[in-house]
Amino acid sequence: MENTVEKLEEEGRRKFLRLFGGVVGGGGIAIAAGTLLTEAAATEAPAKTDIIPAIPGYDWTKHHWAFGVDATKCIGCLRCVEACKVENNVAKDPNHFRTWVERYVTLEGEEHARIDSQQDPVNIAAAGAEGKYRFANRYKDAKVEKAFFVPKLCNHCTHPACVQVCPTGATYKTEDGVVVIDHTYCIGCQYCVQACPYGARFFNEEKRVTDKCTWCYHRITKGLNPACVEVCPVSARVFGDRNDKQSPISIFLRNNRVNVLRPESGNAPNVFYVGIDKEVS
Amino acid sequence: MEALFHVAPYTGYVYPNETVIPWTVMIVIYPYLTGLVAGAFTMSSLYQVFGMQRFKPVAHFAMLTSLCCMIFVPMPLLLHLGHPERALNPMITPHTTSAFAVFGYAAAFYVILLLMENWFVFRPHIIQQAQQRKGLLGLFYRVLTLGSYDVSEKAMSYDRKWIFALAVVGIPGAHGLHGYVGFVFGSLKSREWWSSDLMPPIFLFSAIISGVALLIVLYVLSCKLRKVPIDLDCVKGMAYTLWGFMMFALMLEAVEFASMMYRGREGIEMILQYVTGPLVIPFWTVQLGICSLIPLLLLSTMIWRGTRGKALIAGVVASSMLVLVGVLMMRWNVVVGGQEISKTGKGLLTYHMPWFEQESGLTAAIILMAPFILLTIAVRLFPPWEDGKAAH
Repeated sequence: MENTVEKLEEEGRRKFLRLFGGVVGGGGIAIAAGTLLTEAAATEAPAKTDIIPAIPGYDWTKHHWAFGVDATKCIGCLRCVEACKVENNVAKDPNHFRTWVERYVTLEGEEHARIDSQQDPVNIAAAGAEGKYRFANRYKDAKVEKAFFVPKLCNHCTHPACVQVCPTGATYKTEDGVVVIDHTYCIGCQYCVQACPYGARFFNEEKRVTDKCTWCYHRITKGLNPACVEVCPVSARVFGDRNDKQSPISIFLRNNRVNVLRPESGNAPNVFYVGIDKEVS
Repeated sequence: MEALFHVAPYTGYVYPNETVIPWTVMIVIYPYLTGLVAGAFTMSSLYQVFGMQRFKPVAHFAMLTSLCCMIFVPMPLLLHLGHPERALNPMITPHTTSAFAVFGYAAAFYVILLLMENWFVFRPHIIQQAQQRKGLLGLFYRVLTLGSYDVSEKAMSYDRKWIFALAVVGIPGAHGLHGYVGFVFGSLKSREWWSSDLMPPIFLFSAIISGVALLIVLYVLSCKLRKVPIDLDCVKGMAYTLWGFMMFALMLEAVEFASMMYRGREGIEMILQYVTGPLVIPFWTVQLGICSLIPLLLLSTMIWRGTRGKALIAGVVASSMLVLVGVLMMRWNVVVGGQEISKTGKGLLTYHMPWFEQESGLTAAIILMAPFILLTIAVRLFPPWEDGKAAH
C-alpha cells in the first residue's frame, strides 16, 4: 500500500518535472526567438505612449527639438563647455564632458589636420587648472593653412544605438526627440557608452550611472535655451523646435545645407552641422 | 583610498570621454568563464548525447565543472555594475531591443538546466548517501533527494531519458549562451574591432577549446591526486577534440582578421598601427604564437607520430594549459583591444589594469580560482568518477 502511494507521488513528481522542464525549455526558446525578432525591429522609432511627464504647462507631444552647429562661427572660447559643466553639475575633471569643442588645424605641407580639444594637457596647462577651459596658442609659430573649431555634443539620434542596447530601458527617447537617462533606474553597465559612436556618453563616477547631454531638458521644457546655446557669444550653437517654422533651428535648417556626423552609422543624428571638413567625425 | 577612476594614456586624438575605459578586466573574465561553461558542457554532451564512450570518464565531471563555473559567471558583472543592487532590473523590465537584456533569463535558464542535469546524474549517489549518512551532511543529502528514494531500474531508465533530453536542450542552451556573448560585442557598430558577424562563432569555438582544454588539465590532475591510472584513450580523444575545434577557432579568427584588413574601412590605418604596435606581444606573440601555434604543432606532431603513454599526457596537458592562457588572451585582446582603438579612428588608448581594487587583477584572479575551489568541494560531495574511487 505504502509502495503504491510512494509510486503515485513519484509519478506526480515526475510529471511535474516534465512539465517544468518543458516550460523552462520552451521559455528559453521563446526568449531567444523574441530577442531575434525585436533585434530586427530595434531601430524603429519609439512607440507613442500616454505617459505625460509631470512638467507643468509642458506637452512633449507638441515639440520636436533639434540642434544646429555653425562651425564657421565658433571661435573656440569654450564658454559653452564651462556653462554646461556648471549648469549640469558635471565633474570638473578633463575626462567627463557633456559637450566639448574640437580644434582642427592643418599646417602647410601636411596632409591631415592636427586635432585637439580642451582636455589636451597642453590646453589644460594654458587654462591654468582643470575646470578652466582654454585652447593654448600652440600653433602661433607654425604656418597654418586651415583651422576651425567644431563643438560636439550628444546627437540625440532618431535611431539611437545607445537606447537600443540599454538592458533596462533606463535610457530612452522622449516624444519631443531628446535622449535622456533615468538615473534612478540605470544599472551602470556602460553598454550604452560602448554603443555610442560619438563618444558622447560617460560614466558619472559620483552617481555610478551613465551620463550625457540632455539638451538641458530642465531648461528647454520651460521655454529656455540649453545653457551652451545661451552663452555662445557668436551664435555658433542654434537650438529650437522644428514644429515651429520660425524657430532658430527651422530657419537654420532652411537656410543652410547641413551635414550630420557619421551618417553611415544609421543613427540619424539630430545635431546638424554647417562648415565641417571631411576629417570631422 | 581607491581612485574614483583611471585616466587611460593616449596618443593621437581620442574623444575626451574615451579617456576613461568603460569595460575593465571584469568584462574580460566574464566571457572567459562563460566559455569554460559552454566548453565543458560540450565535452559532457559528446558522451551523453553522441554516445562517445571514450569520454565516459570525464562526462559527469564535465557537467560538475560546467555548473561550478556557471555559478561564478555573474560575479564579474556584479562587480562591474555601477549599481549592482539594480542587477535584476534587466529581468524585471527587460528592454527587448538590448542584446544584454536577455542575459539574466538565458543564464538563469541555463543554471536551472545544469542543476537539473546534475541532479539526475548524481541522484543514485545522493540517495545512497541520504540513507547512510547522519548529521548535517545526511540532512544535506536528504534535502537533495527532494523526497524521492526510488532507484529501481524503471526510475533509472526514466532518469536516463531526462539526462539525455536535458543534454540535448543544453547543447543549443550552452552554445546559444556563448554565441550570444559574442553577439554582445559583434553587434556594436561603434567599434570596428568588434563589429563583425563572425564574432559569435569565434567566441563559441574559442569557448569550446577552452572548456576541452580545462577538462584535460583537470582530469589529469584529478587522476594524479586520486592516484588512479589515467585513461589514455579518453585523453587522446580529448586531444583530438581540442585539435579539431582549434582548427575552426583559428580559421574563423584568421578570416575575420583578414576581412577587416581587406575591407579597409575608415580608421583602418589606426587599427594597423594598433596591430603592429601594442598588439605585438599580447596578440601575435602570446595569443597566436605561444598559445595557439605551439599547442597546434605539438598536438599535430603527437597525433601524427602516434605518441603514447606519459609523453602523450605531458604533451596534451602542456598544450591544454597553453590553450587556456591563449583563450584568456583572446578575450583580453577583444574586450580591451576594442576599447584601446579610439572611436575617432585617429588615436590609441592604453588600459592599465589596477591590481588591488574592485575591478582589478586580484579580483579577477579570485573569481577565476573560485569555481575550482567549489569544484574540489563538489567532487567530494558528488563523486563524478567512473572508477568509483573517491577524491583524495
